[in-house]
Amino acid sequence: MATTYSRARKQRIDALVTSGDEGTSLLADAWVRLKASPLFWVGAVIIGLFLVLAIIAPWIAPNDPGAQLLIGQTSRARNAIAPAQPGFPLGGDTQGRDLFSRLIVGARQTLLVGILATVIGLIGGLILGILAGAFGGWVDTIVMRVVDVMLSIPSLLLAISIGVLFTNPNLTSVIIAVGIPQIPVFARLLRGQMLAQRESDHVLAARSLGVKRSAIVLRHMLPNSVSPVIVQATLVIATSILDAAALSFLGLGSQDVSQPEWGQMLGEAQTSIDSHPQLAFWPAGAIIVVVLGFTLLGEALREAIDPKNRR
Amino acid sequence: MLRYTVRRMLQLVLVLVVLSFLLFIWLRNLPGGPVTALLGDRSTPEKRAELTAVLGLDQPIIVQYFKYVGRVLQGNFGQSTGVSPGTEVVDVFFSRFGATIELAIGAMIFGLALGIPLGYIAAKRKGGVTDNSLIVLSLVGIAVPVFFLAFLLKYAFAVKWGLLPPSGRQSPGIGATRVTGFFILDGLITREWDASWDSVRHLILPWIALGTIPFAVIFRITRGSVLEVQGEDFVRTGEAKGLTSTTIRNRYVLRNAMLPVITVTGLLTGALLTGAVLTETVFAYPGLGEALYVGFTKKDYPLVQLLILAAAAAFVIINTLVDLAYAYVDPRIRAR
Repeated sequence: MATTYSRARKQRIDALVTSGDEGTSLLADAWVRLKASPLFWVGAVIIGLFLVLAIIAPWIAPNDPGAQLLIGQTSRARNAIAPAQPGFPLGGDTQGRDLFSRLIVGARQTLLVGILATVIGLIGGLILGILAGAFGGWVDTIVMRVVDVMLSIPSLLLAISIGVLFTNPNLTSVIIAVGIPQIPVFARLLRGQMLAQRESDHVLAARSLGVKRSAIVLRHMLPNSVSPVIVQATLVIATSILDAAALSFLGLGSQDVSQPEWGQMLGEAQTSIDSHPQLAFWPAGAIIVVVLGFTLLGEALREAIDPKNRR
Repeated sequence: MLRYTVRRMLQLVLVLVVLSFLLFIWLRNLPGGPVTALLGDRSTPEKRAELTAVLGLDQPIIVQYFKYVGRVLQGNFGQSTGVSPGTEVVDVFFSRFGATIELAIGAMIFGLALGIPLGYIAAKRKGGVTDNSLIVLSLVGIAVPVFFLAFLLKYAFAVKWGLLPPSGRQSPGIGATRVTGFFILDGLITREWDASWDSVRHLILPWIALGTIPFAVIFRITRGSVLEVQGEDFVRTGEAKGLTSTTIRNRYVLRNAMLPVITVTGLLTGALLTGAVLTETVFAYPGLGEALYVGFTKKDYPLVQLLILAAAAAFVIINTLVDLAYAYVDPRIRAR
């Protein structure tokens, strides 16, 4: 049957349909807000540069970061280290190694620690969170008690406790020690997301259509939980880098000196901070800038994704 | 309320029991094991076998655990092997307890005293220069490693300018009378003002270094919370009634905005405890955190075990109390 709408009324309806909020998805909306946020751009530029540096580090580092090239100018007795000179813009460290090259190569190791520790937390949290949130009942109770116990030890203390279990700490042991304490954070987050969705209409619809539980969890519930997880992961990368630095400071960091990491460099520099503060300032500055970058990025993402800001 | 309280208490006990078991297993899996930890690497096989039998390590792990629990319930946590050899670890704990509490409370006061007013100001000027600078300041506070900040402060104020003492808890030879183990309080009780002041001088830098953690968090929570409460209808009602801005700020906005701040203050206990390990180590401040660090380096595992258990207990108990306080204020939580 032909419509009986007047021409003017039809135009009004068209205008409403094409211009309405209906057309923009949550993510497109978030992107619009993100683009307008100065915090996001500062964070994105810092992290972009950091990622590029981490990837190309081995090719642009002028010297071997592990070689004691300036050992001749280094003296323990006179408390002397090699000053800046041609080819060595920042001079040497207490072992006569090129500080500049160590900083550059350290970017890659630091990124590895941050990302891999977060991945450990994420995978562990994903498994626990999905188990608890999707099944509920006694599974939920048991999983959440496990999470409670893990949360009862402050995260850095747990990292220290795990760190001392390794006889020869290296980059892998640091990543494990820093990553495991992040598991409960992600587990709680995902469980909350799952619980909120379990009673929601789209899950009910899928269930009435006879979709299997595993498919509902993986295809309907999980994709809807991705945004807060990404925000959390960005912030956890920052925490992991800081925790790794703290482990190094306490002497539980990587002992592998040929593969420098910023936290490890900072830890090494503590012993000579009164006479050579620059050895600590460079890696500390690098850590501060990168952690700030990830934090800014995470905060900007959180604000952008928050539905309360949707207009 | 009673039902809720009982349930939370049972949860608390359960968490601590499981944790003590895990710590027990953890201690037995440390490199070299407890026998090596106690005797050192250069020990004869006979001595090792003897100690293994004395410690009961040849028995099943469950039996060992229950024996351990039995000893712990009698207050016997074992003797320190590295930090102060031969002393009961409980005594080491109590001799250092006051130091860390003085440090933590001061740092928390620093965070609250700065975080709440600045958070309120930032919220009032949302989007302005003041707001954005304060946000960046708080983010930098999060990004700077605590121990590095501690080093900077120590380097500048103690080493270079010599304004404040670089390490320790009280100058040697001040001859202060000990009453409670809290040095500042001791000085006030015994009217030895110089002793109190000396302790405060030792604590100023650690307070600031450690206080940046609670400051950054409390600032951000206060700001967000004030922004939310500001838009509520009851605030507009207050304005319409013609109340003064001071009344609206204190009775309407801040009072309601403080609830999330209270929760986060509880959660910050964990951050303060770990931050204390780093801060105390930098300033060679004889508290529990420094004992933990030295305990790890000297493999003083009986002490480390007690310290971690105590830290976890403090953390869980404080958060349970915060939850209870919250449930008391907001009846909806009890029903959950």
